[in-house]
Amino acid sequence: MEPATKKPQMNRTGIDIAPVLSEAMMSGMEHIEQDPSRGNEAIVGLERDYIHPDARVGSMPPPSTVSGELKALTDEVVGKDSQVLLNKLGERLAFERSGVRAYEAFIRKCMLLSDGSDGNGSMSGLPLDELWNIRNDEEEHFLLLQQCMKMLGGDPTAQTPDADVAGVASSGIVKVLSDPRTSIAQGLQALMMIELTDNASWELLIELSSEVGVDEMTERFRRALEQEEFHLASIRQWYEKLVMSQALRGDA
Amino acid sequence: MTVRLFDTKGTPLEKQKFTWRELVQEPISKLDDDAFTRVRIILMNGIEQQCNRFQNHFAQFNGDLREALASVRRVEHHQQTMINWLLSGDHSPIETTIGYEQVAIEVTAVVAQQEPDAYLAQVYRFGLLEDFDHMHRYAALLDRLEGKDANNILQCYTDVMPGRPTIFEHRHPHDDLRKHYQRDAAAPISKMHALTIMSGEYQTRDYYMTIGPTFTDPLARQLYAEIASIEEQHVTQYGSLLDPGETMLERWLISEANEAWNYYSCMVAETNPRIRAIWERFLDYELGQLNFVMELFKKHERRDPNEILPSTLPDPIPYQSNRDFVRETLKAEVDLRTRGTDFVSLDNESEESLAYREYINSEGSPSETVAEGYQWQPGTELARKQRAAA
Repeated sequence: MEPATKKPQMNRTGIDIAPVLSEAMMSGMEHIEQDPSRGNEAIVGLERDYIHPDARVGSMPPPSTVSGELKALTDEVVGKDSQVLLNKLGERLAFERSGVRAYEAFIRKCMLLSDGSDGNGSMSGLPLDELWNIRNDEEEHFLLLQQCMKMLGGDPTAQTPDADVAGVASSGIVKVLSDPRTSIAQGLQALMMIELTDNASWELLIELSSEVGVDEMTERFRRALEQEEFHLASIRQWYEKLVMSQALRGDA
Repeated sequence: MTVRLFDTKGTPLEKQKFTWRELVQEPISKLDDDAFTRVRIILMNGIEQQCNRFQNHFAQFNGDLREALASVRRVEHHQQTMINWLLSGDHSPIETTIGYEQVAIEVTAVVAQQEPDAYLAQVYRFGLLEDFDHMHRYAALLDRLEGKDANNILQCYTDVMPGRPTIFEHRHPHDDLRKHYQRDAAAPISKMHALTIMSGEYQTRDYYMTIGPTFTDPLARQLYAEIASIEEQHVTQYGSLLDPGETMLERWLISEANEAWNYYSCMVAETNPRIRAIWERFLDYELGQLNFVMELFKKHERRDPNEILPSTLPDPIPYQSNRDFVRETLKAEVDLRTRGTDFVSLDNESEESLAYREYINSEGSPSETVAEGYQWQPGTELARKQRAAA
């Protein structure tokens, strides 16, 4: 066998790539008869042991001691609503903080690829200063949420249950953005997932804080949402533009 | 409570059984369970893993004992499964890593304080300061890659600050070897300490070697490659503490007693009643296995297990923060280096280690890069801004 001189550049994952092997493989399947619809039923049987109302990832941290002028505010919102609000504030805080790191990873990628094409799309039209602005907004939102949690007697260094779960949900996004092999367009798609979630979550937070009656906070959340709307619009626009230019070039 | 090794029969081996449902129980809560519950789970996983590893090797070199080893090993394997599966899936691999390093720091610190042999205690203090530095590097990675605070895992029991810098931990293989304990003279607790710490480090090496390539981030991939290499050095170091003159059956006997002692320690300290019941059950299993191996020892070596084992299990490991001890050790011994099996001052390190280190770090140091300018702060380093402004 000749020694390999070139990096492999052919996708081998599909069945059509190997007509002879795939035929041999399928020929062994003819005598097996299974009913795939029974699969779900079997899984439900197993999961019954694990999925029940008492199962949970963890509880809310106990409230911190609050005194002075903040006490009046906390007293007002003590109860179930404030626990839900604190859980959601903790989630948003963790998400925004991870968002800062996500944008930093993406900006580094853009900087390192700024001398030309990323292999899947042109770098042109992606302004680094605007990306930095978004990153800084995310950080500001994190600091705002930290302040709000403290005002409500929460501990902003604690991981709330919804923060924990949001971390699990976004772990794939971190992997995409920190992978040197992903393109700018693939990175933008991952950022779009962040921004879509961000927008919907800030909207919910506004509704929730308004219900609890922390009006000043709600106003600050509205301003954060405006910034997030702008982030989403920018990311979408850059992403769509890149993908369309790839399509025009026939470059997947 | 005293556990007498020669009068307690434990659960007979044939009654040590599991179902899949039993093996896969509800995991602990990352948020609500005490950090030391996670520490115990990680440690016991490592101890079971080492028993499995040892018993497999033993069987490959001994035809007569293959059936006996296969029977005990199957149970050990399932014990490891039940324990390791207690870790919940919401731990990111770096968060689990923080847990692994907490085990390395807190358990090694206790062992270093309890070890009666001065040289062995020095070995543990030496290794402790290196794992302590790994914590700092991984905390920086967790913060800078995932935006998370390592203290969510550590729960304030363990400091996050530089130790003996990882960049200086790389040594020539010969400088990782240590003098072994003497099988006839060493206290049983010394043998158990060595086995316990080696098991913990071995599983850490294997864990980093498994998860390192699952990262996409090039810095994380390099950092895991670097620290896995130190863990390999630590396995070399702690493995060399074991007396090579021990017979395999003798080692098996000590391993079973060590498992029993560790489960006993876990049981005494455990705060989660569901997990405590597992430690209690497995203490009984280990006593059953120990009795089984004692009979083999008598039959095949024609020796009394009394020659090797203590009559009662040693005092349990206290699971508590060792902050003061670690800080004192750091202050006094951070500049310690090795030359062969000896501990020496900074300027007496071997030429071979200096050359080895210079080359391996010549294209950059991931452990330095990841923690450049990093200082742990509650709520991550991004929280420093607000604290500074306040």
